[in-house]
Formats: sequence, C-alpha cells, structure tokens
Amino acid sequence: MSAALATFDLTKDYSIGFWRKRPYRALDRLTLEVRQGEVFGFLGPNGAGKTTTMKLLMQLVFPTGGRAEILGRPLGDLAVKRRIGYLPENPYFYDYLTAEELLMYFGALFGYDAADRRRRAGRLLDQLGIAGERRLQLRKFSKGMLQRVGIAQALLNDPDVVIFDEPMSGLDPLGRRDVRALILGLRDRGCTVFFSSHVLSDAEALCSRVAILARGRLVASGGLDEMLAFEASGWELVVAMARGTPSVGPGIRRIVPIGGGRYSLELPLDPPPERLLGELAAAGAKLISLNPIRPTLEDLFVEQVTSQAAQAGRL
Amino acid sequence: MKATAAIAINVFRESVRDKVLYNLVLFAILMIGASYILGQLTAGQDVKIIKDLGLSAMSVFGLFIAVFIGIGLVSKEVERRSVYSLLPKPIHRYQLVLGKYAGLALTLFVNMTIMTLAFYAVLFYTAWGIDPVVQRAWDAPALDPALLKAVGLILIELLLVTAIALFFSTFSTPILSAAMAFGLFIVGHFSTDLRNFDQVVDSPAAIRLARGLYWVLPNLGQFDVKTQVVHGQPVPAGYVALTAGYAALYTAMLLTLAVVVFSRRDFK
Repeated sequence: MSAALATFDLTKDYSIGFWRKRPYRALDRLTLEVRQGEVFGFLGPNGAGKTTTMKLLMQLVFPTGGRAEILGRPLGDLAVKRRIGYLPENPYFYDYLTAEELLMYFGALFGYDAADRRRRAGRLLDQLGIAGERRLQLRKFSKGMLQRVGIAQALLNDPDVVIFDEPMSGLDPLGRRDVRALILGLRDRGCTVFFSSHVLSDAEALCSRVAILARGRLVASGGLDEMLAFEASGWELVVAMARGTPSVGPGIRRIVPIGGGRYSLELPLDPPPERLLGELAAAGAKLISLNPIRPTLEDLFVEQVTSQAAQAGRL
Repeated sequence: MKATAAIAINVFRESVRDKVLYNLVLFAILMIGASYILGQLTAGQDVKIIKDLGLSAMSVFGLFIAVFIGIGLVSKEVERRSVYSLLPKPIHRYQLVLGKYAGLALTLFVNMTIMTLAFYAVLFYTAWGIDPVVQRAWDAPALDPALLKAVGLILIELLLVTAIALFFSTFSTPILSAAMAFGLFIVGHFSTDLRNFDQVVDSPAAIRLARGLYWVLPNLGQFDVKTQVVHGQPVPAGYVALTAGYAALYTAMLLTLAVVVFSRRDFK
C-alpha cells in the first residue's frame, strides 16, 4: 500500500534575531512515512518541530531543503488538497461569523453547492456536539468549542488524510473522549490520521505507530508494539489489608500506601510473585491486582528526548 | 473563480458586520446639515458648495475605508492566524489576494452607490422650488449627470488606493501599511509638482530623482475633476477612459506584486 504521507529529508531553517539575523534549524532532515489508513502520532516537547512539519505539509511555510508528498502527489496539488483536512494548533476563525456560516464559507471554497454545504455543516456540527450553537457568532465561543469548530472544518470534505495539530488542546475530559472516538471512527472508515500531541496517553490509546521528534530531529519512530515490547522489569501488586502493614523484605522492592488500607507493592521479576502472594494472603491481605511493570510511552518519550538534549549539550 | 467569489463575499460580509457602512449615516448627516445651513446663501452658490462638499466627503470617506480596511485585508488574516485554516483549502494563494481585493472593491462600490443616491437626493431638495429661469443661470444644473463622472473617477481612484494598501499589507504591519498608503495618496496628488520640479530647483540630481518618482508613483491628481464638474466645465469621455485605463494598469501591477509577495511568504 502506498504512503498517505511521506517526507524526504525535509528541512526548515528560520532566521532569528532582529539586527543580526542568524539561522535557526526548526526541522532537520525529517524522513517519515505515514501509511494509508493508520493513526500516526507525532510526539515531541514544545519547540521540537511538530507544528513546523505540519505547516510544511500544508505549505504554510516552504522547506529549506527536502520534499514531501501527500497521497503520492507533490504538495500544493489542488486535487490532493481536496482530499486533506487540517486542524491548525489553537485555531482562530472569523469571529463575526457563526459556526454554520464558517462551514458554509469553507464549503464554498471546495465548490460545493449551497444545499450540500448546509447538509455537511449540519451533520458535522451535530457530530461535534455544537449543533445548539450553530447560529452563535464565533466570538462568543469558548476555546474548547472553537477546537470543535476547527475539527468540523477539517472534516468538511470527508477527507482521506487528516492532519491534526494538537487536537486535544483546550478540550475538557468529555471533549477529549469525543475526539478520541472521532479519530477511531475516522480510522474505521479508512481515513489516515496524522496528529501531534503532548498527551501521551492519547497517543498510546489511539496510534498504531508514532514518531518522536526533539530539537527538530527524529529520535524514534515505529510501531508502538515494537517500541514498547520490552521485557517486564518487575511486578506491581496492589493489596488491601484490614489491619497491619506489609513490610519490605527480600521479595518486595518498595511499598507505597494508596489509601483505604490499600498498598502498591513493587516486586522484582525474580523470585516469581506466587510465594509472596501466599504469604500475604496468610497475613490477611486481599489481592486487588497484579501487573507486569513495562516501560510506557512516557518512559520512552522521556528517555529519547533527554538523551537527544544531552547529545545536543555535548555538541 | 467560485472560491475567489466566496472570499470576496466574505470580505463584504465582514465589512457590513463590522459596521463599516455606518459611515453612510455620517455622510447623510453631513449632507443634510450642510444643505440646511447653506440654505441661507444665494441660490446657486449653495448648490455649488454642496456639490463640492459632497464629492469631497465621498472621496475622504472612501479613502478611510480603502486604507483602513485595505491594510487589514491580508495582515489581519496572518495576525489572527485564520490564514492557517484558509490556505490548506483547495485554493491558490493568488485567489486569496484577488478575492480580498474584490471584496473590498464591492464594499466601496456599494458604499459609493448609496452615497451618490443620498447626494442627488440632497441636491434635488436644495434646488426644489427654485425658479427654472434662475436655475438656468447656474454653471451647471443641480442634478447634473456629469457629477457621475467625478464620482466614477473617485471610485476608480479608491480602487487604486485599495490596491496600494493591499500590496503593503502582504508584507508589512498595519500601521506601516497605513502610513505608506496615506503617504502615497498625498504624494500622488502632488505628482504634477514632481514633474515640474526643474522650474524650482537647479540640482540635476534632484531633478532626475523627482522625474523618476513622477513616473513611478501613482498620479492621483488626474482623478480629481471636482472643480470642472462643479463649475460646469466639460470632462471629455476620452479623458475619463484614459484615466480609468491608467488606474487599471497601475492596479493590475500592484495586485501582481501583492500576489508574488504573498505567494512566497512563510506563515510561521
């Protein structure tokens, strides 16, 4: 299957400074491939180059070097633009328009007739939970509602490729849950979703593959399964004790009280936890849960980003 | 074409919602107030002054709209980041520039049409009841159709000023764009003085510079036919056509430059 989106040594330098301009590399030879139909997470700390990459893909800025393709075509091809949906970071829209008017206006840019535009706008406003505010001017919208309008305008053309820059930004927990469901819905209908996020749990829950960017460089990319398929480093055991407290012994590394008579126990991989479980049960402890300790995406993220920062510091 | 028209209509809608057309109320008050006060003057003199005042007010009101909205047409899109969701739509960058220009041109046209109607209504009221024999002695009739030539040239001039403001707004800040657009408007009205600079200055370098500026800067003085029209002097159709042609050429050049600048710009 061909790539939905691909970059080849994509590079962007900006000039910074007022009097004495000096170059600043925002993105350094990024080579990346997003496959059709997948949800791809683009992760990185602030200033890593995520937004710059997305702006390059949308031709809001032009590359200093390298190139990119969307759906096998060079950027800027109008036929391809018809098949893309883009949500910018912290979107702003014409505040004198209502949500419905904005979608009608953007629909006109796609060349849809008035009835089609109205139908699409109605469906999306309904889907994003802002149908009740369709006739409210956007200047009266909260940040979260504007984010929903931003998502609606990105989906106006039933796109094949969606590029979301921080889609969860400004949303409350319910809003985030809705957007997560929406992204999974898009994936189910075959749409490719390429999104940036700071919220690693969202990426972990949604993505089949991720890329981690730090200081403009790609530091890791691949399937979440491969990236996180490390050996378990121990066990996390949660028990409840009616009286007394467990004590650190040869089979227990650490004990953390978590309230209500419950304790989180960190156990080494060896010896196996079965014997300890028997001892705890005999002492009146009730087993709540037992899970292997594996590195999370957050661990991987922190490790990659800090090692990149350390390397940059040495240079 | 459809996308350009959609962008133009949105600019017009923004002007209406931002209450730009409220200037019409001010214009109406000015015209009615003037006709009331000038009613004390000799019949005929008041008509002349109202014509002069009306045409000047149209020019000034239009200038403020052309400059203050023109400078924000593109820069506001960039500053407020609405361009980030607009440009990824299936449009070319040049369509955004042309659509914005067409939208403000439409606003100016509607504004000017309503002002012209109000202008003729006040002139009609001023001349009402005055003996036709007396009226025939005036330099020009109260409801002189030649006034439309002056109005038309004011509108064409405003379209050129809009292109100047839009051009600056593609790469500069609104304040600097406004300063440049007003500056060019003022200099443009004195460009004949630049041509005749050799009559007051001896330095060959200064004369060459003045000549160079005369050819590069817009010659806006030629759009002003108020005095001729008010005093009933003829304004040949050929002159109007030639001036309109000059404006079209100059505007096309400015819009081309604006498109070139805007098409290469990074929106960080």
